[in-house]
Amino acid sequence: MSADTDSVPDVMGLDHTTVTGWGRTAPTAARLIRPQTYEEAAAAVRDCGARGGIPRGLGRAYGDAAQNAGGSVLDMTGLDRVHAIDADGGTVLCDAGVSLHRLMEVLLPLGWFVPVTPGTRYVTVGGAIGADIHGKNHHVSGSFSRHVLAFELLTADGGIRTVIPGTPLFDATAGGMGLTGVILTATIRLQPVETSLMSVDTERATDLDDLMARLAATDHRYRYSVAWIDLLARGAATGRAVLTRGDHAPLDALPARLRRDPLSFRTSRFPSAPSVLPEGLLTRTTVGLFNELWYRKAPRARSGQLQRISAFFHPLDGVPHWNRVYGRSGFVQYQFVVGYGQEDALRRIVRRISERRCPSFLAVLKRFGESDAGWLSFPVPGWTLALDIPAGLPGLGAFLDELDEEVATAGGRVYLAKDARLRPELLAAMYPRLDEFRALRAELDPQRVFTSDLSRRLGL
Amino acid sequence: MKDAFGLPQSLLVLGGTSEIGLATARRLIARRTRTVWLAGRPSPALEEAAGQLRGLGADVHTVAFDALDPTCHEAVLGKVFAEGDIDMVLLAFGLLGDQAHDEREPEAAVRVAQTNYTGAVSAGLVCARALQSQGHGSLVVMSSVAGERARRANFIYGSSKAGLDAFAQGLGDALHGTGVHVMVVRPGFVRTRMTAGLPEAPLATTPEAVATAVELGLRRRSETVWVPGALRVVMSALRHLPRGMFRRLPI
Ligand SMILES: Cc1cc2nc3c(=O)[nH]c(=O)nc-3n(C[C@H](O)[C@H](O)[C@H](O)COP(=O)(O)OP(=O)(O)OC[C@H]3O[C@@H](n4cnc5c(N)ncnc54)[C@H](O)[C@@H]3O)c2cc1C
Ligand SMILES: NC(=O)c1ccc[n+]([C@@H]2O[C@H](COP(=O)([O-])OP(=O)(O)OC[C@H]3O[C@@H](n4cnc5c(N)ncnc54)[C@H](OP(=O)(O)O)[C@@H]3O)[C@@H](O)[C@H]2O)c1
Repeated sequence: MSADTDSVPDVMGLDHTTVTGWGRTAPTAARLIRPQTYEEAAAAVRDCGARGGIPRGLGRAYGDAAQNAGGSVLDMTGLDRVHAIDADGGTVLCDAGVSLHRLMEVLLPLGWFVPVTPGTRYVTVGGAIGADIHGKNHHVSGSFSRHVLAFELLTADGGIRTVIPGTPLFDATAGGMGLTGVILTATIRLQPVETSLMSVDTERATDLDDLMARLAATDHRYRYSVAWIDLLARGAATGRAVLTRGDHAPLDALPARLRRDPLSFRTSRFPSAPSVLPEGLLTRTTVGLFNELWYRKAPRARSGQLQRISAFFHPLDGVPHWNRVYGRSGFVQYQFVVGYGQEDALRRIVRRISERRCPSFLAVLKRFGESDAGWLSFPVPGWTLALDIPAGLPGLGAFLDELDEEVATAGGRVYLAKDARLRPELLAAMYPRLDEFRALRAELDPQRVFTSDLSRRLGL
Repeated sequence: MKDAFGLPQSLLVLGGTSEIGLATARRLIARRTRTVWLAGRPSPALEEAAGQLRGLGADVHTVAFDALDPTCHEAVLGKVFAEGDIDMVLLAFGLLGDQAHDEREPEAAVRVAQTNYTGAVSAGLVCARALQSQGHGSLVVMSSVAGERARRANFIYGSSKAGLDAFAQGLGDALHGTGVHVMVVRPGFVRTRMTAGLPEAPLATTPEAVATAVELGLRRRSETVWVPGALRVVMSALRHLPRGMFRRLPI
């Protein structure tokens, strides 16, 4: 089920549902349609009316990318068939509404893994291409679209086109936030694995410089790498972090007991967070305490620890609806990237966040590798930092505006799949290929059939 | 579109010369607002207000709007919404009247009632419908503490605000779940030309303070905002005073 939609009968006879992103800010109402067939999807696009429509997957984008006030929202999770798996060649053809969780369930027993996974398994293939998502392996494997061999796109004229890499439509759609059309199916190249476990090295970094040095020196040895920073630590400890890096465990790394069933996919789930939580649960003190405990608990250095996929990649998926702990005002995730050579900008921003004492749970720092071709695709070679902050924090809007300036000045950008507040004036500087994107859209979709709150807010 | 903090990119002020309305517009322009519509009775003051906001970098339009002429509201406001989404409507027009004078001249009292209540009912409904078909937006209604419990000293104005307040609350409930947010703002004594020359009440405040409270209310998606916040408690106490005692209070 798509998270964070809320249906209410309507006074003036419209059948509308309020929709938000994962951050639960800025709710708007739309007609929510859940096509079960490609024909229904085509009909929905044809009939979406003056305010247009936008495809939606599992609603894990934090901001307003998959909502469309007053228009239609096409919930694509009803189209969720896995059509064909080439277990020898390592490709899968599936509907765009299939979740990465489902793909893992189906593919792992066959010895294959998704090429890129974000910090949650509950995203769809359509959302993965629409936001051109990245994972902990970006420095090695690039973003999701690098592994997409083809997709079928339902465009504004009602036609269905097969789109392959190296074409303008592919590059506009990868990271195009659903604004070029509705992806119906995709063929994806997979990652071979011998087991469903991860072999993980953990180490602590005492401050930001130590952290950056460690990541820069040894990231290339790992397929997956990420660091969790405690942004509430100040002074000499500013930027202290725990690095967790690893790879899929080879069969011979498993103890005999596990070797009998090396590819089984196990996850654990805790009960949902309650739907009504008091505002102000997350204060500097509680979050600071959490971060402190977490840092102390991490081993100074440990290598070759076996972890489940869910524990290594998706720790937050263990608590469904964890986004509710931020209460009514919701939260924003701020994620930006600045290129290599802009380390000073990164240091300044980290220092400002620490000094500001935002009650932010662990933030994530990662090094990106080469970019991919998507015009609005987020990753560029450099340092990316992501942090969650309660939206109710006084002065947060103006503070993030200041960070944006730093980011833009350093030639960096913020991630549209996380954004709910960027000042539109900065967009073109952050995404230099915006004009090409706009031009293609104007030609492909002159009536603006595909429209979202994000596209209205930022003038995409 | 509003951002994660409820800040609008486009704003329509009904009562385009209102000091509270303009202080709020200035505040929002400093944040995210780029397009402002000032709706009011045509006057040099209205154009001057527009010029000042333009000086802050906003794209400002004026439009002729008279609260006392509800037959035109649909057409006038419809044109504004047809130009593009309005993320926030600030219903700021109002008439204080002169209680002693208006008690003697019912026609003047009716004008207060028609401006503050019927005019707002009409404009409020027209905007609510437009916001609802956009599927988003905030309708911010300038009520008043005077509507919380009618006082001997200004019950004509007070009763009109009481009506407006009840109307706006009901409208907020009707629009719940439609993506449209209705926020009722209840300021106490605000130093503007409306209150110029009147003896200042305790907890008197400024248009800028009202603007700050509106910004906070947008972020929290509040349904009711008191300015200053302490009035919530004060008015709650006053509301429950026995009639006889309330009558003798020097307020
Ligand atoms: C806990 C958590 C961790 C995350 N970690 C990461 C991370 O590490 N890396 C990362 O890159 N992202 C991360 N994200 C963000 C997430 O991966 C993206 O927002 C992703 O797009 C969500 O997919 P979805 O299916 O939920 O899509 P939605 O959120 O529903 O939609 C996202 C965008 O994709 C478009 N879209 C959806 N389906 C289609 C379709 N069929 N055709 C065309 N366009 C479509 C939508 O229009 C929208 O613009 C994380 C999110 C969460 C909640
Ligand atoms: N000041 C306070 O102490 C206080 C306290 C609580 C609530 N309020 C409320 O806050 C709102 C703004 O007040 P303010 O202090 O900013 O006062 P203000 O500066 O006097 O503004 C009042 C506005 O109402 C407009 N108006 C009056 N009659 C109108 C009509 N028939 N059609 C269109 N516009 C009309 C005026 O426009 P013109 O220029 O055309 O006259 C003016 O723009 C009012 O609703 C008021 O009741 C004020």
